[in-house]
Amino acid sequence: MIDFTFTEEQELFRKAAREFAETKIAPHVPMMEETNRGWDEVDKELAEAEMFAVTIPEEYGGLGIGYIGRLIALEEISRISVATAMMYQVFGLGIEPFIKFGTEEQKKKFLPKFATGERLATVAVTEPSGGSDPKGCRTSYKKVNGNYVLNGRKCFITNSHTADAQVVLAVDEDNPDAMTCFIVEKGMEGFKPTHEEHKVGMRGCNTGEIEMKDVEVPAENVLGGEGKGLKVAMAAIGDVGRGGMVGCALGLQQACLDASIKFANERILYGKPISNLQAIQFKIADMKIDLEAGRLLGYRAAAIQDAGGRSSNEFAVAKYYTTEAAQKAAKMAVDIHGGYGCMDEFDVTRYLRDSFVLGPSAGTSDIMKVIVSRWALS
Amino acid sequence: MLNIVVCVKAVPDPRIADKLKIDPVTKSLPRLDIPLVINPLDSHALEAALQLKKKYEAHITVLCMGPPPAGNIVRECLALGADTGILLTDPAFAGADAFATAYTLAKAIEKIGSPDVVFCGMASSDGATEWVGPEIATFLDMPVVTMVREIVEDQGDDWIVKADYGHGYRTVKLKLPAVLTVTRNLNLPKPLSFSGILKARSKEITEWDHHDLGDPVERFGLKGSPTYVTEMYPLESRREVQMLEGTLQEKVARMVKILSDAGVA
Repeated sequence: MIDFTFTEEQELFRKAAREFAETKIAPHVPMMEETNRGWDEVDKELAEAEMFAVTIPEEYGGLGIGYIGRLIALEEISRISVATAMMYQVFGLGIEPFIKFGTEEQKKKFLPKFATGERLATVAVTEPSGGSDPKGCRTSYKKVNGNYVLNGRKCFITNSHTADAQVVLAVDEDNPDAMTCFIVEKGMEGFKPTHEEHKVGMRGCNTGEIEMKDVEVPAENVLGGEGKGLKVAMAAIGDVGRGGMVGCALGLQQACLDASIKFANERILYGKPISNLQAIQFKIADMKIDLEAGRLLGYRAAAIQDAGGRSSNEFAVAKYYTTEAAQKAAKMAVDIHGGYGCMDEFDVTRYLRDSFVLGPSAGTSDIMKVIVSRWALS
Repeated sequence: MLNIVVCVKAVPDPRIADKLKIDPVTKSLPRLDIPLVINPLDSHALEAALQLKKKYEAHITVLCMGPPPAGNIVRECLALGADTGILLTDPAFAGADAFATAYTLAKAIEKIGSPDVVFCGMASSDGATEWVGPEIATFLDMPVVTMVREIVEDQGDDWIVKADYGHGYRTVKLKLPAVLTVTRNLNLPKPLSFSGILKARSKEITEWDHHDLGDPVERFGLKGSPTYVTEMYPLESRREVQMLEGTLQEKVARMVKILSDAGVA
């Protein structure tokens, strides 16, 4: 018999994350929407709440809670602010290659500081030529005197301007089949974040470009071995990047459902709350069904991860399902709100904008279908 | 070492207050299938104990009477930093009024040993009698200060506290051991932390029933309660829409009358 219940401890994790989101994040959301900037202390607040330590093993200063715990935290943060959840999820994505592929020295050097938020990580794969086709990568490296010189540009990088250590995928200048991941650190000569994007949603979550001009990266900053870059990047994105987007999507779905129920119970039409109308009830039922199904998909994939398995395929299914469902939920939530759903002071307008950014992040729904079909046909 | 006991109650989550049902027979709020939280004022009691533990060597025991699901609340207190937890759970404890609740808690405190200080929230959010703390003190023959808003001096056995009194406060000198009931002004409870939750893994929760407390069953629960609730009603809030017709002046006059008749203006 499969037990689908959360443990008492996991329920406490959820409570802690919910309290954090409601007290520390919620007050900043209007400012983030208005200015498209995160609040100054966001990283510090996430660190104080021990959010960065969740997946990092205890021997490297983390809490070793694992991926179900991460999904719980993400879901609760996203319920309040998808933008903050996105920042947090990508910091986690940046940490993952160090955990899975880092040398002992790299783990000791970086992970304790990631756990406390003293340093922040991200992954930089996407380029103007595309993200889901990493073989189209143009950023190149050349071995010079035992070190590596990187040149190129990455775009649509979450936390591009805030991360201190970026895991950059690059192709060997002399061998287009060889790809390697490098730890590029803030302050390295020739490396800089450049353009910041202005997205339709997730306002306040930093997304932008980074540029590398003859950046000399020491050999000890090769992550996962020379020529193994694609494996490193894809494992992190497949398991943790997609998993993170599932958390963002589930939180947004819950927010849409909560807002819809509240409004439908308060809005009086024909002398009764509109929650009495079957047209509204069916929308709420659709949202609830999608949310329940999405949770089962997402937490099952996270449970596989916690058991030490790979769950890229399971997360591809969950990512497709939940991000699509989040878009539908946001549309339905706006519909339930009628004219109010077009007014900025109602959160559902933000949910609708945020939902559109969930789709392409960590691979579009069409790319998820490509992955799922390969899995099914394999 | 300072031996501290914090009494906590598992109360229905205020966020689902509108969904609470009243048991038509016992006139109580069934707690078995509703989300329970720490009584908000008890969080301040626990925080007072945790702040003392930061300053002095101390051991904090959390004491909670309730059905088995209240064990989650005890676990949460351990995650917040308490050292050990005791859950008083027994069908015989059900239906206890403030007197029987205080008696049961006092018996458990006697069994725990000699506490230096017992902290309680001033009142529970669902009972709100404010009697349990003073009655525990009476059963234990200890001094009590109610509505403590500030602990001014806490070194040694001679304490000074400020306690709410009417529209002001009084400064009270007391000698430990003592029972203090606290208000929300005393402190700001710290939130749960992930590391605290992990640390609670190794902390023990002990369950005691009426046999463990060594008194006949008649002393506990509804049987041991000199008072009982005869009736309980849910508060209902209704909204009624009235469309006012006529000129602006007529509508304003009509609205003023409606508000006046309703006692609003």
